[in-house]
Amino acid sequence: MAVRKPPITTREYWAPGHAACAGCGCATSLKLATKAFSEAMEEKYGDPNAFAIAHATGCMEVVSAVFPYTAWKAPWIHVAFENAAAVASGVEAAWKKIGRKGKILAIGGDGGTADIGLQALSGMLERWHNVVYLMYDNEAYMNTGIQRSSSTPYGAWTTTSPPGKYSIGEDKPKKWVALIAAAHQIPYVATASVANPFDFVRKMKKAAKVDGPAFVQVQCTCVPGWRAPPEKSIEITRLAIETGVWPLFEIENGDFFNIKIQPPGGGAKVKREGGRVVAIEFKKPIEEYLKLQGRFKHLFKRPEAIDELREQIKAMWKTLGVDVTLPKPEE
Amino acid sequence: MPIRTVMKANEAAAWAAKLAKPKVIAAFPITPSTLVPEKISEFVADGELDAEFIKVESEHSAISACVGASAAGVRTFTATASQGLALMHEILFIAAGMRLPIVIAVGNRALSAPINIWNDWQDTISERDTGWLQFYAENNQEALDLILIAFKVAEDERVLLPAMVGFDAFILTHTVEPVEIPDQEVVDEFLGEYEPKHAYLDPARPITQGALGFPAHYMEARYTVWEANENAKKVIDEVFAEFEKKFGRKYQKVEEYRTEDAEVIFVTMGSLAGTVKEYVDHLREQGLKVGVAKLTVYRPFPTEEVRELAKKAKVLALLEKNVTFSVGGALFQDFSRALVNLDERPKIVDFILGLGGRDVTFKDLDEALAIAQRALNGEEFDEVNWIGLRKEIL
Repeated sequence: MAVRKPPITTREYWAPGHAACAGCGCATSLKLATKAFSEAMEEKYGDPNAFAIAHATGCMEVVSAVFPYTAWKAPWIHVAFENAAAVASGVEAAWKKIGRKGKILAIGGDGGTADIGLQALSGMLERWHNVVYLMYDNEAYMNTGIQRSSSTPYGAWTTTSPPGKYSIGEDKPKKWVALIAAAHQIPYVATASVANPFDFVRKMKKAAKVDGPAFVQVQCTCVPGWRAPPEKSIEITRLAIETGVWPLFEIENGDFFNIKIQPPGGGAKVKREGGRVVAIEFKKPIEEYLKLQGRFKHLFKRPEAIDELREQIKAMWKTLGVDVTLPKPEE
Repeated sequence: MPIRTVMKANEAAAWAAKLAKPKVIAAFPITPSTLVPEKISEFVADGELDAEFIKVESEHSAISACVGASAAGVRTFTATASQGLALMHEILFIAAGMRLPIVIAVGNRALSAPINIWNDWQDTISERDTGWLQFYAENNQEALDLILIAFKVAEDERVLLPAMVGFDAFILTHTVEPVEIPDQEVVDEFLGEYEPKHAYLDPARPITQGALGFPAHYMEARYTVWEANENAKKVIDEVFAEFEKKFGRKYQKVEEYRTEDAEVIFVTMGSLAGTVKEYVDHLREQGLKVGVAKLTVYRPFPTEEVRELAKKAKVLALLEKNVTFSVGGALFQDFSRALVNLDERPKIVDFILGLGGRDVTFKDLDEALAIAQRALNGEEFDEVNWIGLRKEIL
């Protein structure tokens, strides 16, 4: 009987027994990211273990390292909320000095990256450290109990953006840190999704293999924070891609004129010019994505807010150089 | 052969760092410490120091990068002052809790507001509860020596705590004094290689650093920092002795000057000790029984030495460039605690002076002495006294 080679290494760096919720998309992202990293290190340096992790305070840090236990089978350090990138800088500098080959993986949530850790991130990228920064984006401060971050999407309920008589929920467009990272003209920036593990792993490997800094922003479901059923965790993030809410792209060396866009699937029609994606006609309305999540439930009584969200998504795609059409649900 | 030359305390600190051969330095410019990273940059640029110098975007990232590097198992160093040290505050606790022997050179400077770049000790004093060891230099030679000593104590397995060495803004940081640069070989012998058994980030033997401590473990973790501070008392004495043997300069946690038959002993730290020694000489000429004691080590607090000192005097006059509002100075708290349960103890009078670079003159010290003498004569006196205040503008 033929034995199929597994699509990704069976080595584990994120061990079972961590305390993440059932259906946690972020836990999945870390499992995949470390496996991808391991493959990249093996291919680049001949040593699958040639990496260390610097982790910002947040859900994934808290659930993975409760003394005297640890879920980490790689060298791992947590220091504080806002400084994973700076800590990674120090680790990388030390490794360089002692001649240790390998790469540092910095991990932070959207709060620790888009908000409180943005300065340290910018410094690390600008100084050209040999670090991959992975932002696991569950779109709010989930560890402290679901407060809005600058990466929270328009319209979302959080405990600090509650809908009410004078509020539609979060009232600011989502801030795209991947674009800020790309503005540093670093070798590699990508967005990814746990719903597309092959694409995510490919991007993490590419990020891990480049010489210099790289940044990957991966969307992952937070079951309690999105008020979503755990078994729909992957389905929801897939719908984010298919409805145009979550773009999958790569930017190399800050070249905004040659952004590589991955086709979203879901029946979307992609128009290319000279190999570049210039327009996408999405077939699934964003309502299909929104309706599976309690955090957007109130929007269905406020259709004008959903239209506003549609406009913001179009504007975001425009920044990527893509004209998109987003359908409204059939009446 | 050691080189005798002249330099500023900032240069002395950079020289100490060069001699200690840290593998990673991360620093951010701030007055009055900027010359330290500048000088280190030159050493690195000229190939005289083989280190990674990370030019971070803030002091918070400076100390965070030092934590990362130290946790990866290498010797690390940084320099800062005032607002910069305050910005590091959060991570200072973590560095101590994670038992990382980082050394910081601090050009002691006042804290805002109002913004002020000149000397007092509020910056380091405000970090006294972080778990870090604290040394204070009287002159530029001490700044150099104490940084080497700080590395040695910090990296001792019985201690494994970070350390800061303070030297007064401008009075030392920007003032040229004679300094002897020790031989590299002797420093190498003194410090040895840093090869931590507890902190490394090595794929061949992965460990988790910085885990969450639940109530079932948190207190014990904090207690080990307490224990390490206690252990440091003995280790510091040993290192001082070894330093004297190797380099010929003697250090003590509490250094006394003309205290033999003193009735009033001034107690102070840093460069102010030099001024007060001069003042004591001047008073002794007039037949007054006064002396001075200098705290070279402030954390761990030298309780035993302070108790010995207390036996010698009827009044301890504390001269301090810091304030704990509604209480007095930090030394006043520490001395009160050290002496409170003794059956016999001297009176303690606290003087707050020289804040934000205000010169401390003999006239100010006369004012302090007059109050100390009231305490000596059993007259009424104020426990906390602000000296040299310009009452006309209040």
